[in-house]
Amino acid sequence: MSDTHPDQTIALQASGIASVQPVARRQPIIPGTKDDGTLSEDPTLRAPLVLGDRSFSEVTDIVCGYAEAPMPKIWLTAFTIAASVAGIANVMILYLIITGVGVWGLNNQVDWAWDITNFVFWIGIGHAGTLISAILCLLKQNWRTAVNRAAEAMTIFAVICAGIFPGIHVGRAWMAWFLAPVPNSNGIWPNFRSPLLWDVFAVSTYATVSLLFWYMGMIPDVATLRDRATLRLHKGVSRGFKMPMPLGDGLALGFMPKPDQIRVLAYGVMALGWRFSSRHWHRYEKAYLMLAGISTPLVLSVHSIVSFDFATSVIPGWHTTIFPPYFVAGAVFGGFAMVLWLLIPLRLFLPNFSDLLTLRHLENMSKIILLTGTMVGFAYSMEFFMAWYGANEYEFAVFANNRVNPAKAPYWWAYWTMIICNVGFPQVFWFRKMRQNPLVIWIVASAVTVGMWFERFVIIVTSIHRAFLPGEWHMFFPTWVDILTFVGSCGIFMTLFLLFLKFLPIFALSELKIVMPQSHTDDHH
Amino acid sequence: MDMKSIMNDAKSQGSIYFPMFFPKPAPKFVSESGNAVYGIVAEFSETPKVFRAAKKVRDAGYSKWDVHTPFPIHDMEEAMGIKTTKLPLMAGGAAIVGVGIAILLQWGTTDWLYPTLVQGKPFDAWQPFVPIMFELGILLTAFMCIFGMLALNGLPRFHHPLFSHERFYRVGNDRFFIAIEAIDPNFDPIKTKKLLEEAGGTDITLIEDVD
Repeated sequence: MSDTHPDQTIALQASGIASVQPVARRQPIIPGTKDDGTLSEDPTLRAPLVLGDRSFSEVTDIVCGYAEAPMPKIWLTAFTIAASVAGIANVMILYLIITGVGVWGLNNQVDWAWDITNFVFWIGIGHAGTLISAILCLLKQNWRTAVNRAAEAMTIFAVICAGIFPGIHVGRAWMAWFLAPVPNSNGIWPNFRSPLLWDVFAVSTYATVSLLFWYMGMIPDVATLRDRATLRLHKGVSRGFKMPMPLGDGLALGFMPKPDQIRVLAYGVMALGWRFSSRHWHRYEKAYLMLAGISTPLVLSVHSIVSFDFATSVIPGWHTTIFPPYFVAGAVFGGFAMVLWLLIPLRLFLPNFSDLLTLRHLENMSKIILLTGTMVGFAYSMEFFMAWYGANEYEFAVFANNRVNPAKAPYWWAYWTMIICNVGFPQVFWFRKMRQNPLVIWIVASAVTVGMWFERFVIIVTSIHRAFLPGEWHMFFPTWVDILTFVGSCGIFMTLFLLFLKFLPIFALSELKIVMPQSHTDDHH
Repeated sequence: MDMKSIMNDAKSQGSIYFPMFFPKPAPKFVSESGNAVYGIVAEFSETPKVFRAAKKVRDAGYSKWDVHTPFPIHDMEEAMGIKTTKLPLMAGGAAIVGVGIAILLQWGTTDWLYPTLVQGKPFDAWQPFVPIMFELGILLTAFMCIFGMLALNGLPRFHHPLFSHERFYRVGNDRFFIAIEAIDPNFDPIKTKKLLEEAGGTDITLIEDVD
């Protein structure tokens, strides 16, 4: 330790003026290998979850540093692009509301197309967060602490994107209150026997519970950010406000309040006065465990109910009982792929990120991708088998003539993109080397994300574009508004995620500390 | 659980949220500067130390005290002698209320208030009502888990005497604190300080309760 008082060191480290984060790694990657010390297959050894033999205060500095120190320049670039793309979505939604759903490529036959594809795509992605938080919590999988916060954030943002589409696809958006369980002006209530209303309840419950779960997990970490900012103000080491600029240093704006003053206020309100009391922790942990317990059936129910929208109809290709488990497996699959897709680049751009998100974490998630990808592949083949074995000619025709056979099915390319991306790509994860290579994982995650979008497109559009009567067969072609609305929704998602990276604790700090060896109450461990 | 303890719970909870209705009792101890004494706080730097110290404070018979730690410490409830919370019972009650609301909402409107014939389906079939019963049950349980937890903890509470202690701002980082309140019947400025010293606490400080 240096000569300065420990408090002063802490304050300086946390100030964002001096070197904010401890950069030296005491346990570098094992020489001659790509192993970061977590890949041992020896069952008697437990892989460390936080690398570099860190102390509590170093881990605090690393995690809080992401929200306190300036972000790398690439963040500003990415944010500018994402926010501009999000702006396109707003313009497209406005244009749709002003003009009507005719600006989309929907027609009488294909009356659900990109809107519902996008809805199911986003809501599916929104399943990984709660799965990681809830199911892995119940299964005592401690490695979830490295990814749960970011995955929960991603869940919220994906559900926000999902919520846009049912809201605007009704055409007259000012009538969207018809979805709510209130009587209309004729005293008629919504039809509670319709899966579409179940969907409203399922998705809104899921959004609310996920948001509360995420927020509750953040309370202690936000309190840490609050306390650090307060301490810096007390010690007089707070930075002045600087407007980030594309080139060079930020532009100092003297008239603005110091960032720490804003932090104390904003984080202070969010932290609700949390003071890390053990009596509070006791109830907090109970509440967290119960939330995990109820979120597990909730997350499974949400995509089941989304699949009821299709399964309870009589459309060939939709009317199957395999849909609920098939949709849930697909949602977990797509959600994990999106988590990996978002987090792997951060290992490159954010300092010390790979100490907390280790290769072991990536390998574990790759295994889940392989498992759920195989389940999805099984569902595809079982669906096809039942279409043949069930001897329903319409059902079989949907598969053979609308999807699989390039000679007959106009959308054959969508079906085969789905198969290659969702069933083909994850197979590389049978090889250990591939599961441990971040670049390979990132490529597979990208492929899976594309594949899962096509899965929903295949289910929705190919089933209804040619139903019972050839006279009502119609092709669906997206218009530029369709395409830009979807691209824009990706921009909304990325904008929110980048804001989260900058302003909130992106790791579950108090949970990371629990999995560190210093948290044990016995002296000899 | 008898009526008296329920009333006491309600009173202590109420005094946090509505301090204006609960006149403060005269302070038992006053500091040299004339302010009421909130209590004594001691700092610890390692998990095993604070764990052992908590057991000592528990065995000395204190009841109005707390351990502040950056993360929940395993088995700390036992080391502090905290009774299990009644939050699960409350959450169970909320689940029943949620399912009840769903039953009333769906049967009430579909079978009684305005029966509407849709696709020839019976008005009083229970099967289609299950998903919303489930979802509302979950929703109210989640509300109770979080808001019930906060209410039992007396949060939100933005001001607290401990926040006047500058060293306490490291509790979210890597420091552990034991705070013993002056309203504890066993509290004695000298004996309590000595106990915390013997338990291994450092930077033992008297905290004032300044409004």
